[in-house]
Amino acid sequence: MASYIIRRTLLMVVTLIGLSIVIFAMLRLVPGNIADILFDAAGFIDPAEKAQLEEELGLADPIPVQYWNWIVGLLQGDLGFSYVSELPTIDEIAPRLPITAKLAVLALFFSVIFGLPLGVISAVNQNSKLDYFLRVISLSGLSLPSFWLALLILMAFVSWFGSMPIYTNPPDNLWDELLLYSVPAAAVGFRSSALIMRLTRSSMLEVLRQDYIRTAKAKGASDNSVNYGHALSNAVLPVITIIGIEAAFLIGGLIVTETVFNIPGVARFLVEAIQWRDYPIVQNLVMFIGLVVVVTNFLVDLLYVALDPRIKYE
Amino acid sequence: MQPKTWLAGLALAATLAVPVYAAAQQAGGTLRAYHRGNPPSGSIHEEATYDTTRPYMGVFNNLVMFDQTKDMESLDTVVADLATSWSWDSSKTKITFQLQKGVKWHDGKPFTAKDVQCTWDLLQGKGKAKLRKNPRKIWYWNLKETTADNDHQVTFHLNQPQPSFLALLASGYSPVYPCHVAPATMRTNPIGTGPFKFVELKQNESIKFVKNPDYWKKGKPYLDGQEFTIVKSRSTRVLGFVADKFDMTHPNDITIPLLKDVKEQNPAAVCYTYPTNISYNIIVNREQAPFDNPDVRLAMSYAMDRDAFIKILMNGEGAKGGVMLPPPNGVWGMPPDVLAKTPGYGDKTADIKKGQELMKKAGFGPDNRLSAVVSTRNVATYRDPAVILIDQLKAIYIDAELKTIENSNWHATVAKKDYQIGMNLTGLAVDDPDVALFENYACGSQRNYTGYCNKDLQALFEKQSSMSDVEARKKLVWEIDAKLQADVARPMIAHYNAATCLQPRVQGFVRKRNGSYSDWRMENVWLKQ
Repeated sequence: MASYIIRRTLLMVVTLIGLSIVIFAMLRLVPGNIADILFDAAGFIDPAEKAQLEEELGLADPIPVQYWNWIVGLLQGDLGFSYVSELPTIDEIAPRLPITAKLAVLALFFSVIFGLPLGVISAVNQNSKLDYFLRVISLSGLSLPSFWLALLILMAFVSWFGSMPIYTNPPDNLWDELLLYSVPAAAVGFRSSALIMRLTRSSMLEVLRQDYIRTAKAKGASDNSVNYGHALSNAVLPVITIIGIEAAFLIGGLIVTETVFNIPGVARFLVEAIQWRDYPIVQNLVMFIGLVVVVTNFLVDLLYVALDPRIKYE
Repeated sequence: MQPKTWLAGLALAATLAVPVYAAAQQAGGTLRAYHRGNPPSGSIHEEATYDTTRPYMGVFNNLVMFDQTKDMESLDTVVADLATSWSWDSSKTKITFQLQKGVKWHDGKPFTAKDVQCTWDLLQGKGKAKLRKNPRKIWYWNLKETTADNDHQVTFHLNQPQPSFLALLASGYSPVYPCHVAPATMRTNPIGTGPFKFVELKQNESIKFVKNPDYWKKGKPYLDGQEFTIVKSRSTRVLGFVADKFDMTHPNDITIPLLKDVKEQNPAAVCYTYPTNISYNIIVNREQAPFDNPDVRLAMSYAMDRDAFIKILMNGEGAKGGVMLPPPNGVWGMPPDVLAKTPGYGDKTADIKKGQELMKKAGFGPDNRLSAVVSTRNVATYRDPAVILIDQLKAIYIDAELKTIENSNWHATVAKKDYQIGMNLTGLAVDDPDVALFENYACGSQRNYTGYCNKDLQALFEKQSSMSDVEARKKLVWEIDAKLQADVARPMIAHYNAATCLQPRVQGFVRKRNGSYSDWRMENVWLKQ
């Protein structure tokens, strides 16, 4: 196990180095840079002034030098300055991370709290009216684009309550925060919960046909004990994998939700930074997201061992 | 705007205006507005967008400004701001301003004539400090030097008489900057003498300003502050206004088609539907065949059905005109009878025939159609008119396809002349020919995207600039405008109308009907409790 953890840790480092090269190269491949954008806002381009600005921002250096400067800075904890705000990158990213993290955790919580039990209910009531109803709900969750759903929710709020749950000021207390984030979290979690529900259902159906389930029922175990004790614990492994993947992909879903609900998290900020070619923000933020994804996958793999004693890593 | 609509608007404005000035202004409250995006910086002199002037104009003062209680910007509505009075010398080449005494910058340092001198030296690139970008350098082509005569008197020395120089100084784009603050600081933490102090800009989140308690105009501002929430999604921000999350919309953010929805959902909203002094126009790469042929360019102008553009894009609420915004809202634009004689503005069927003849003369026809590319920004405001243009060009044997260019690469593409036909929008900072002609058509101007250069016309630009007889100057401006249209320098399609909406509790705000950049000082605005 120890050697496995060391191997995986080294692999994570290699993955992050690869990611740093890919993101750095891709950003430079996209046409235009911050100087073009800043001059665009001024309605003209003066080649001499643009060259001066590129010089000031270090964009005139050779690409390998720029990469080296970034990596050295990163290792020393110096993430550079945002090209747009001219503030330290860490000061721009740090306050936004908790906002997105809370939203993501809440969305994941919604998706698991609804997806898992409804998937079980759907499976144990296979081909019943309830099963059909839940399958329709899950299909709609998978097919409704989250931006459309989010806009629909906003319109409904305005129409019914004359108000809308968008972010205009930081919430005053935990309750306000929960209220503010719960609607967007539900909007973004709906798709994930549908996916979890369908996967739980199919996984449960497979497990419910196994001999040991029949044995448990023959021994007189209750339905709840069979379904949630024996079946679900065995059916949950592929679901855990999906939850891990969904957690990693959630950032993509949050871009739209943060935009529609006007939540100042990192997902929307990242898109803006890409549009502004704010390299220090994009590079460091993508690296951070990469780190989260790699670590999440690692933790999910370790979770397998805890959940299934048959799995052993060497 | 149609005269009938305008009259109705005037009547509404008059009805609203009476109680505004009859009632006593109430102090207090923070104005909550939304902002459509991150401002590129807080330094007004470095930017050319109301994403900066709208929030930051209240931080500063000008020497003079357009009267914030009048709905027109013109030489007649220029009033004192940091200047107490001004006078021209007998040669009309020196204008001297007497300055307010006892004014302090937000950091407590005293304001003096040196600050005025520094600001215009900065704009002319004469000082030690340099602006990172200087989009309005061309405005001061006629300014020889600025001198601080003493702490409270400053003189601008011009090469030739220029009555509109005063209008340039009155623009929202002409604040006085402090000498002692570096341009880089002005971008991130601007210091002014104005009614509101900058608090913070959180990227993509909010911009906050608080009342300047030591503002030198006693009793003002009435508001305790202004807070802007940055909302990128237009659907969200408009719904937010409807749901009363915001006191006012971003300038011109409510398009004419959207206005109907806003009024239906929030009937109490007060909406100013005015020309923005932003025009749709096309830029043609005159260095690339066959567009180097004047006949092909002129044929394109003949093909454009400007009424159709106005009807489709603005539900008929736009204005057909030349470079200058036409009357009744514009001061300098060609009147309808003059406009009708300009190529491309006559009877459409006859115009298309003329266009077809010109194309045939250039070697194109129904059996030999010209393939072309119309490039534009990948934004709906640009894409939609480009699609209409492509359709209209078919009538003169041009089969064009649309090429969308990402926003960030638009000016780079134009600067490299990597386009054939471009759909463009041009905003005028001040409704004055000295701005419109020099910025967009003068030889060597940075914002003259097509590189159009006509020395004879340039001489006329300078001549009109020096004329003090307004009526005579107007006639010369019309002549220049008509010539620019005939030369297809940057053919105009239409002047764009849009709305800015407020909740009825917002009082004392007057939106200008011939400009979008100079009405945001907000020192007269108050909230009805």
